[in-house]
Amino acid sequence: MLLLKILFRNAFHNKLRSGLTILGIAVAILAFGLLRTVISSFYAGVEAASTSRLVTRNAISIIFALPISYAEKIRQVEGVKIVSWGNWFGGVYIDEKNFFPNFCVEPTTYFALYPEFVLDGLEKKAFLFDRKGAVAGRKLAAKYGWKVGDAITLKGTIYPGNWDFVLRGIYRGRDRTVDETQFFFQWAYLNEAVKKMAPVFADKVGFYMVGLSRPDVAADTALAIDNIFKNSQAETLTETEKAFNLGFIAMSEAIVTAIQMVSFIIILIIMAVVANTMAMTTRERTGDYAIMKTLGFGAKDISFLIFGEALVLTLTGCLIGVALTFPAARIFGAELATYFPVFLVSADTVYMDIAAALLIAFLAAIIPTRHAIRIRIADGLRRIG
Amino acid sequence: MTEQKKPIVEIKNLYKCYHRESLVVPVLYDITFDIAEGEFLALMGPSGSGKTTLLNLIAGIDKVDEGSIHVGGIDITNLTETELAAWRANSVGFIFQFYNLIPVLKAVENVELPLHLTTLPKSKRREHAEMALSMLGLGHRMDHYPSEMSGGEQQRVAIARAIVTDPTILVADEPTGDLDRVSAEEILSMMERLNQDMGKTIIMVTHDPRAAQRAKVLRHLDKGYLNDAASQNPL
Repeated sequence: MLLLKILFRNAFHNKLRSGLTILGIAVAILAFGLLRTVISSFYAGVEAASTSRLVTRNAISIIFALPISYAEKIRQVEGVKIVSWGNWFGGVYIDEKNFFPNFCVEPTTYFALYPEFVLDGLEKKAFLFDRKGAVAGRKLAAKYGWKVGDAITLKGTIYPGNWDFVLRGIYRGRDRTVDETQFFFQWAYLNEAVKKMAPVFADKVGFYMVGLSRPDVAADTALAIDNIFKNSQAETLTETEKAFNLGFIAMSEAIVTAIQMVSFIIILIIMAVVANTMAMTTRERTGDYAIMKTLGFGAKDISFLIFGEALVLTLTGCLIGVALTFPAARIFGAELATYFPVFLVSADTVYMDIAAALLIAFLAAIIPTRHAIRIRIADGLRRIG
Repeated sequence: MTEQKKPIVEIKNLYKCYHRESLVVPVLYDITFDIAEGEFLALMGPSGSGKTTLLNLIAGIDKVDEGSIHVGGIDITNLTETELAAWRANSVGFIFQFYNLIPVLKAVENVELPLHLTTLPKSKRREHAEMALSMLGLGHRMDHYPSEMSGGEQQRVAIARAIVTDPTILVADEPTGDLDRVSAEEILSMMERLNQDMGKTIIMVTHDPRAAQRAKVLRHLDKGYLNDAASQNPL
């Protein structure tokens, strides 16, 4: 008990140094936590992906379309329960600064396939009956102050011109991991316009979303779908929604890797800071440790004091850092909702913060402890006075 | 003729040298002498004569190169580090020039510290510590930190810490070296009382002839050699 008292009092004896060290650890843990959350947000789509959904796209590239006639053939494949389709629209609201994900979809099947997008019954009905109707996520609507019934015009970047919509519904996520920044409208609306503008591009879809009867038939069903269109003009590549989303992340792999590296470099830097603090405190207390050894305390007791002090400092900093990560992530997520629609501090991130703090404490205390244990009592006593 | 007492410390053919990289620096040569139980011995000599080294060897905080030291019948030169630590905890009380109190502990906690290595329960530990401090006139200073006390008071706390475990021997390295004259006299009087009233064996290293005068026996070291004859303190 007295050793614990010494440990805690030692940890906060030099208030300025301990305070600055704790502040440094807190800031590092905050930065580490935010960077890990950025990485997690890249993978949010992957995490949220359903195991009972497949995505079928053009085998050459996602930028090439598939004929709408494939829908019926896909529906007939064993294991397929429901088929929906859509296109990336790529429109902007007012100007390029107001970017958000927007798709045209086949509305009836789409909302059946994605129960995580929760839409009020009446709003859904209104959306289905209005060819120019659109549905926006709750966060997106809040950002631009849209209300149901508002007229919204998007400027097409792939499909030129101004596209007018009437907001018929605002969806919310089934849980906090669902992206609430998307905008959907009817595929038929786009297709009818394309038929007039460039008939050669009509009756084409960017991707099919395929609902399965059971998740375990995913591999066989994907193969069966691709086999149907083998040697056709538009061969398909069918994969699980998770694999499809991972494919998108792979395009940003360099960025994700860079963020990961920076997050670990932060830990290394703070490890050096804590190691320096521990080296200084241990050097200052060489005499104290020598006295304790003189009185009969052993290496185990000295190690307990030094490792414990490092642990108290790093865990205090870690707890402050973790506590700050949540409000910081809320602010960060709100400011960058367009790029990171789901920006949530996960339990894994908190565990990694704590693991990082424990690792820092352990590694920072090794050398000072070794020094304190190995120094001869007579030499340690000479340092006093 | 003084009464022949049983020796509590027996030193035989002691050699000690320090190694500074490739250099070997001899410190003590062929030291042989006994210290009787209840003796108050002052080890004197010029700087570098080996007094503190000899004291450290007797107290088991340094290792001999050759020779043997028996304290209370135990050959401490053959003990392992762990055994030595346990032996020190039970058998030796330390008083240093710079008091060497733990700065983050209150006076009573500093005195209680060595008792944590005993089997005494918490309440008994506190009771013993308070008793030792009261005995040294520091009953009113128990909850003060070392930084809140004078040098003399800190040294009294150190003495309380040294005696609280009721050790076989007390070793003191320049116990008055950092004190003003009045405080030094107080400390020496206390040590005298510990020796006379409680029968504690005290081995004290000092430069100060006034401090040495309080000891019963004087021994002189010079350049690592012990002057053979122990002189009885004329006072």
